Amino acid sequence: MPNPQLNANGELNHLLAIDGLPREVLVHILDTASSFLEVSDRDVKKVPLLRGKSVFNLFFENSTRTRTTFEIAAKRLSADVINLDVGRSSTAKGETLLDTIDNLVSMHADMFVVRHASSGAPYLIAEHLRRIGREDVHVVNAGDGRHAHPTQGLLDMYTIRHFKQDFSRLKVAIVGDILHSRVARSDIHALATLGAGEVRAVGPQTLLPSAIGRMGVRVFNDLREGIRDCDVVIMLRLQNERMSGALLPSAGEYFKCYGLTPEILSLAKPEAIVMHPGPMNRGVEIDSEVADGPQAVILSQVTFGIAVRMAVMSILAGN
Amino acid sequence: MPLSTLPDAEAQCVALAGLIRPKLQPDAVLVGIHSGGVWVARRLKELLGLQAEIGLVDVSFYRDDFGEKGLHPQVKPTSIPFEMEGRPLLLVDDVLYTGRTTRAAINELFDYGRPASVRLAVLADRGGRELPIYAEFCAWQLELADSQELVLEPDAAGRLQWRCVDHA
Repeated sequence: MPNPQLNANGELNHLLAIDGLPREVLVHILDTASSFLEVSDRDVKKVPLLRGKSVFNLFFENSTRTRTTFEIAAKRLSADVINLDVGRSSTAKGETLLDTIDNLVSMHADMFVVRHASSGAPYLIAEHLRRIGREDVHVVNAGDGRHAHPTQGLLDMYTIRHFKQDFSRLKVAIVGDILHSRVARSDIHALATLGAGEVRAVGPQTLLPSAIGRMGVRVFNDLREGIRDCDVVIMLRLQNERMSGALLPSAGEYFKCYGLTPEILSLAKPEAIVMHPGPMNRGVEIDSEVADGPQAVILSQVTFGIAVRMAVMSILAGN
Repeated sequence: MPLSTLPDAEAQCVALAGLIRPKLQPDAVLVGIHSGGVWVARRLKELLGLQAEIGLVDVSFYRDDFGEKGLHPQVKPTSIPFEMEGRPLLLVDDVLYTGRTTRAAINELFDYGRPASVRLAVLADRGGRELPIYAEFCAWQLELADSQELVLEPDAAGRLQWRCVDHA
């Protein structure tokens, strides 16, 4: 089966997941993003690439940062951005996802940025657009269920490349609730595609997917062992709602075993960077001293995220 | 056009600097259009003895054919390392053809501020304009067929030279 993200010429038509994308496509996005980074420093923070295009933000699940950065990215490309609070409007009235899409296509949408609690929803939309012969409308997955969050994966790769250049010698630890994390999945696929030296999944057994070993990562249940000698530490947000499922005893207990403190970070390489996709739970997965410390690059991730999303949207719109 | 009949691009840079020198404003700054224009701008900076660093523009984000051609695979960041507001600006390119690249570059520059003036210097003007754009300084005027492309590139020793490609 052909990759549903690529058009007949092998160019990126939708961004649905990192999985299955060739290395050249990832590198092209990262290279393009580095050119867009400078646009945000200008007097006029705008380029006219997407002038006259309509980008619809369809967030069926809450998100402030991702939605805002997609909106900023689209606006810096001069697109018209329409934010639909779909969870509270048409869907609540019983309209199906694809009926919503058909309506928006009739309003001449050029791009959908989709976040959905169900894994695969953006695929369903892309497949539907193909069936109705509207492959000129592009889909960007802004996070679907536990499956993928490709722009977060790409901005994480951009951040790592910015601070560490070459992937091949890097040891990267992804720490925390990997079971529920679409960010972890996208990061693991992207690191594999870009040839990272070693990728580690670190967390309690209850928060690791049972088949995680098959993704080509080393598994650690002990944080100290998992972090030792690493170049990059990616902390994941502990989703409080998971606590009720008896996966964890308590937030305090979690911090004691898996919270990143300065003392534990000192086991990594001295120049190691600390990343977090946000929003952070200080005192749950990360100590404030680390979050605000010199090794944290969490706010750089936010800045890079806008440039990466500009790159993705302009590459899609041009294909 | 065979290579042997193409003029020496380095000598043309010297000639272009000679044309600019008498009309050069004291606080003028050079901006080269990526990539050929940047090489020419570097030569001119040296030949004219200018102190200010040159600016670089890549017009990929401003092209009017983005809808048909998509984004250029190797976009370079634009860099304007000086305050543009109120400065006389000399925009430099290697080849002037339809004028669309110049149009895109001027649009982009104005997103950085309002220069006092913008003048255009090119190594070669091959005719075929599609916009009302004119190079005040030009070292070489020639006529080429639409299927032909004039390419400036450095050789192994870093000397700029012309190459003419026929896509017919």
